[in-house]
Amino acid sequence: MQNFPGVGVSPGRIIGTIRQMPKPISEPPAGEQLPAGVTAEDATAALKTASQAVHDELKARAAHATGDGKAVLEATALMAKDTMLIKGAAKLVARGVSSERAIWESGSSVSEMLHNLGGYMAERATDVLDVRARIVAELRGVPAPGIPASNTPFVLVAEDLAPADTATLDPNKVLALVTAGGGPQSHTAIIARSLGLPAVVAAVGVDQLPDGMEVYVDGAAGTITAEPDDSLRAAAEAWAATASLLAEFSGTGATADGHLVPLLANVGGGKDAEAAAKLGAQGVGLFRTEFCFLERDTEPSVEEQAAAYKSVFDAFPGKKVVLRTLDAGADKPLPFLTDSTEPNPALGVRGYRTDFTTPGVLDRQLEAIALAEKQSEADVWVMAPMISTAEEAARFASMCADAGIKTPGVMVEVPSAALTAESILREVGFASLGTNDLTQYAMAADRQLGPLAALNTPWQPAVLRLVGLTVEGSRAEGHNKPVGVCGEAAADPALAVVLTGLGVTTLSMTARSLAAVAAVLKTVTLAEAQDLAKLALSAPSATEARAWVREKLPVLNELGL
Amino acid sequence: MPERTATIASRSGLHARPAALFAEAAGNAGVDVTISMQGEPADEALDAASILSLMTLGAAKGDVVVLRADGDGADQALDSLVALLETDLDAE
Repeated sequence: MQNFPGVGVSPGRIIGTIRQMPKPISEPPAGEQLPAGVTAEDATAALKTASQAVHDELKARAAHATGDGKAVLEATALMAKDTMLIKGAAKLVARGVSSERAIWESGSSVSEMLHNLGGYMAERATDVLDVRARIVAELRGVPAPGIPASNTPFVLVAEDLAPADTATLDPNKVLALVTAGGGPQSHTAIIARSLGLPAVVAAVGVDQLPDGMEVYVDGAAGTITAEPDDSLRAAAEAWAATASLLAEFSGTGATADGHLVPLLANVGGGKDAEAAAKLGAQGVGLFRTEFCFLERDTEPSVEEQAAAYKSVFDAFPGKKVVLRTLDAGADKPLPFLTDSTEPNPALGVRGYRTDFTTPGVLDRQLEAIALAEKQSEADVWVMAPMISTAEEAARFASMCADAGIKTPGVMVEVPSAALTAESILREVGFASLGTNDLTQYAMAADRQLGPLAALNTPWQPAVLRLVGLTVEGSRAEGHNKPVGVCGEAAADPALAVVLTGLGVTTLSMTARSLAAVAAVLKTVTLAEAQDLAKLALSAPSATEARAWVREKLPVLNELGL
Repeated sequence: MPERTATIASRSGLHARPAALFAEAAGNAGVDVTISMQGEPADEALDAASILSLMTLGAAKGDVVVLRADGDGADQALDSLVALLETDLDAE
């Protein structure tokens, strides 16, 4: 049994066979010519055969898909043998350009044309690029890019997953996610937790394992084992039994002695919100509003925004919904707001700061939120991302007041905000810790980078200390203003106990994690949680903080978390 | 050359699913069919079997388009394609 240690990011123990995610298709070099002895006619015929094969493959996949996915696949299949795309390439081939390069260039010009048309057409521009890559793969005789198609469920192994891969990831076909790169806050981790799939990231060497090999994945321990033995098979079976117990959340988060810790959900839109409400979420702790802005060339109207916000508010009548204003920039660029040429986007004009350079967008968003709130029964709280100073907090609060929003707050993601929490909380009604960015900034470690995964964990004592300082700031301010956590940290049951012990008032997470967090939280008293928080703060490293706390929480091992 | 006019009935216009269904039908028509907006010259007409061309045409609900085809079975093919355009395909 060969072992591959990584970082566990989503719990679960399963056994399955591997399918490797093919490497992205490289661009055929500019100026690549037809090989000697190949005529333009032969190359064009090969191109047409490849395009037909890609069409047939996509069409076959469409036959098994349903709903929106089916419509997109059918349209994409037609694009593969579209005369506009193929004729454009054939013209280049006639001039002696290689078939791979020709389809690449033809795809670029068609995609650019669609992009320039805007709206629905611009959204299809990336489909043309996908089709182009598939045709090049077919011409080269290598596997098509993207998540492999398979009739049987498999363990997906990749270098890392991009947000775009989520759209094609079928949770009924994927048993677990394993990546050689990526960190605990990478997109792979976020995708896995939202789908409830076991996942391990930064497991060096797994990308060399052959397709079809059987492996054991432990998403809590963070290990992959090739050719598992009977004891691991038993562990996987035991997990399957407990997993069903962990699917139910009673709807009240509390410690063993009845200290209430409302467990809220992180959502991106109306569908998410409805799913979260079904899973028992006590409200929304983080509504990421940029999802209705992403892939847009222009700002959505106030009415369009209000309708999108209302769809989330309507899922939680009478309950708290904390909305985060537009958080564009860094890994979420928006053409009408952010400057893609910034040398250091994570430290650039992002989040609340885009109001410095593009005033008006935030005012209109606040107007849309107020409008949606009037038409719904949710208790709406609004917070700004990337607040660094009390002055910014005060200005945001006055913008909210002007729009008629009653409860303004701030995200604490920049270490300066944690350090000055007392003065910031004098200006606003609440704070919510975004642990993903807080960790990235406290550790000066890009959250997307695999080699920095060990630095990039919220178990870092420095990060826990910043959480503690934010809570102390709130107490010093004197009005018991709530301090929640809405980063990925809240979804880790052991860390949720530590955060509760540090004095955090609410925990917001992907809805799939609610049941596991509630199950562990109810096994400790508040005093025990406070002791565990002290223990974690005293640890010299993140690894020890995690190990020491987990050792005192045997329930984690019993539940396979 | 036989030609027909048709008024786009699908709510989303000749985009998305209606465009895919129409392009597929045009590709299976057995004759080459072109499409253009009413009033545009015939030599600027686009390949009706190309979903990408249909998307660039940008025909919205209520727009009138001209279909043209030549050869055996052209009339019959055009009639069935007109019927398709004049059905609200988004409603199905």
